[in-house]
Amino acid sequence: MSERILMDEWAIARMLTRLAHELVEHNKGTEDLCVIGIRRRGEFVARRIAALVKKLYGADLPCAGIDIGMYRDDLVSGFFVPDASVNDLGFSVDGKRVVLCDDVLHTGRSVRAAIEAIFDLGRPARIELLVLCDRGGRELPVSPDLVGKNIPTSHREWLDLRLREIEGADSLGIRSEH
Amino acid sequence: MLGKDLLGLYDTSAEDIVAILDTAVGMKKLLTQNLKKLPHLQGRTVTTLFYENSTRTRCSFELAAKYLGAGTVNISASSSSVQKGETLIDTGYTLDAMKNDVIVMRHPMGGAPHILAKHVRASVVNGGDGMNEHPTQALLDFYTMREKFGGFKGLKVAILGDIKHSRVAKSNLFGLTKLGAEVSMYAPATLMPQGIGQLGAKVASSREEALAGANVVMGLRIQLERMHGGLFPSLSEYNRYYGLSEEHLRYADPDCIVMHPGPVNRGVEFTSDVIDAPNSKITEQVLNGVAVRMALLFLLVKNRQEGEKNA
Amino acid sequence: MRKLLIKGGMAVLESGVFARDILVEGDTIAKMGEHLEDADAEVVDARGLHIFPGLIDMHVHLREPGFEYKEDIASGSAAAVRGGFTQICCMPNTQPVCDNAAIVGYIVARAKEVGLCKVRPIGAITNGEQGENLAEMGKMKAAGAVAVSDDGRPVSDARMMRLAMEYASDFGLVCLSHCEDKSLVDGGVVNEGYNSTLAGLKGIPRAAEEIMLAREIILAETLHKRVHICHVSTKGGVQLLREAKARGVRVTAETCPHYFTLTDDVIVNYDANTKVNPPIREAEDVAAIKEGLRDGTLDCIVTDHAPHHRDEKNCEYNLAAFGISGIETSFSLSYTALVRGGVLTLEQLARRMSGAPAQILGLEGGSLREGGAADLMLADLEEKYVIDPKDFLSKGKNTPFAGKEVYGRVKYTIVDGNIKYRAE
Repeated sequence: MSERILMDEWAIARMLTRLAHELVEHNKGTEDLCVIGIRRRGEFVARRIAALVKKLYGADLPCAGIDIGMYRDDLVSGFFVPDASVNDLGFSVDGKRVVLCDDVLHTGRSVRAAIEAIFDLGRPARIELLVLCDRGGRELPVSPDLVGKNIPTSHREWLDLRLREIEGADSLGIRSEH
Repeated sequence: MLGKDLLGLYDTSAEDIVAILDTAVGMKKLLTQNLKKLPHLQGRTVTTLFYENSTRTRCSFELAAKYLGAGTVNISASSSSVQKGETLIDTGYTLDAMKNDVIVMRHPMGGAPHILAKHVRASVVNGGDGMNEHPTQALLDFYTMREKFGGFKGLKVAILGDIKHSRVAKSNLFGLTKLGAEVSMYAPATLMPQGIGQLGAKVASSREEALAGANVVMGLRIQLERMHGGLFPSLSEYNRYYGLSEEHLRYADPDCIVMHPGPVNRGVEFTSDVIDAPNSKITEQVLNGVAVRMALLFLLVKNRQEGEKNA
Repeated sequence: MRKLLIKGGMAVLESGVFARDILVEGDTIAKMGEHLEDADAEVVDARGLHIFPGLIDMHVHLREPGFEYKEDIASGSAAAVRGGFTQICCMPNTQPVCDNAAIVGYIVARAKEVGLCKVRPIGAITNGEQGENLAEMGKMKAAGAVAVSDDGRPVSDARMMRLAMEYASDFGLVCLSHCEDKSLVDGGVVNEGYNSTLAGLKGIPRAAEEIMLAREIILAETLHKRVHICHVSTKGGVQLLREAKARGVRVTAETCPHYFTLTDDVIVNYDANTKVNPPIREAEDVAAIKEGLRDGTLDCIVTDHAPHHRDEKNCEYNLAAFGISGIETSFSLSYTALVRGGVLTLEQLARRMSGAPAQILGLEGGSLREGGAADLMLADLEEKYVIDPKDFLSKGKNTPFAGKEVYGRVKYTIVDGNIKYRAE
């Protein structure tokens, strides 16, 4: 198993900054925006984006993580007890433009679960999807609105996105069986 | 491996008991956060078939089933109607024909769930049978003990009260001895069954002896009909010689917990200062009961589902 | 006169087991000896078989009148001859209770009509087995009753029992006492002890049996009357009887195969076929019962044949009826446990299952002797088989012995010189 580094800390920082700009442009401002990350890594992505928007545009976006444990579609087929937490965002999503954040987009199942989780909390005006990497391999009709980097992978390749909040430093690597 | 039914802890292995407790940990975590909507038993039916009155056990099972998404049906039958009307086995055939997945049964006669289980396709859970067993109550007791002490090896459990008529005492004894705990028992001689020592209990000759160094102090409910049956003279005499007050707990381990399957007769088994003390787990036991029953239903249905897949 | 020649068998006589041919003429054993020949006689080839005096069961329940769905005189008689019994005594707890000459007469007449084995009714001690007024023992005796008993509903009042012993003796009748102090039974369904606690079933203490047994001994002793103790199941009971007999008390006693072949370990699966009254006890009781049979403290083996309908056993243990359908398994169980088990000799077994009951009740038969009744049973003692209640001729299939491997198969049962049962 060999790993190749695709992005270093600096490249990731640039990508995040670009995504923050794109987010504001895409929404023509920051009004009614909020950022919600899919736990666990997506929440850190969300917090980074919110911090960058604050730094670049001076806007305080409501930001929170969302737990999708109770919304997974394999609870019954896999027959396991989810390790889930209750969702308390600390703000209302009613009428908001929600920017749903995750690190790597693959099958789209987590996104579906997160959308369901958000709808259990209220009725947002719209939900956009922001991901750092899209590795392809969708199993559901889910398409991201904002993508940091497209990295098509085969089923024998894995992306390792490391975040400084968890691993101590940011980097993106790709591993393959060969 | 847990089988089709849970009839008693006498025939349940330590591994299965631990598996149920482990699963209950996840369930309790969800419950304490008020996350009560699991999908695992969706499309399944859990029937509570109670030939004896019960509020907490039945409610606990019903909530556990509902939290897992099952449909629930409650059937109450007085034991007299059993004697006159439909036989237990015919009732079982009827419930099976209605495609029940799990039947939780409480019955005033020992062995009734065993007989039902032999005749139905549904899983049978013993919700208390006569003087025999009450396995889910014991499991929730174990959960409560493990939560506090981390394990069972060398744990000293003192059980006081009407041992003779107590299915709770029996299930606790069967399970705890398998798990490596030590069980001592104390009761008036009229309420102590024969052969309990051979079954693994240490039969104490005084409250103090039973309590000595106990980590867990468990009281059992005294039923008034026992007094009317002449097994002891009065509630106040019972309390004086067999009940527990805070003063008696000094013989137990200072870090002990107090348990009771409920409902408690205040001032009989325990004085109120014992019931309301910070080390009393009586209310916590109720929450643990739902978690343990969720875990049990979850595992029984999981087994069924895996069996159905393989079939 | 019709003749039967039983050739080549081993006869179990009181003095031992000998090769004997037996010539039956009419209803009587005409001759016993070696190498008998009779050109007119029908020959029964008894090579490889043992010839016993026809077995006598002084404690069965035939259920007729009233409970024919459990058993009737015809099915019970058929079961009896299949079990090797030529004579059975039926308890009076029928519906109505056999407490008067009319019912005794009915049973005798019906049994004759059926014509398989000899059926001797036992009359009730008290009217309706209510324990209040003595039944008409004289008239019942005249109609054919051979003893009196309130079996299943023990006479709880000591004064009533005293009066019964005294009055019955006027007619040469013995009281058969089912010993059970109901206040101590208190709703119990199994022996009180380790297994009752394990199974969570209410126990019946041994004291419930022994207290009334002691009462009967004391009454018989002080009144100088006879009493017979039914189905002894406990070690303490055997001891009480042994001491009483040593003092010369006129007491006799019986036990049943389930009390010397089973321990109460069998109850823990809640199979109601193990529910019987008195209950199956523990290993030390089994040992004491065997010792009692060996030393003669226990005079005889009965079956307490208690057939029940399937529905009365296929239910909660507490709700199930007490009793075992035992008449078709008694001989094999007794032979296997006691003779092969080294407790009794063959002649002692014949004594416990035939001679002693005949003597206690003053019945014909009970031994093989010239001039005696031609009531015989032929068995293959080497044949091993598995008990299967489906083979029972009794309506009651309620046995805890299903699947048990036993030795000693009944091959012929001959009543009054007629072959009434022949194994296929």
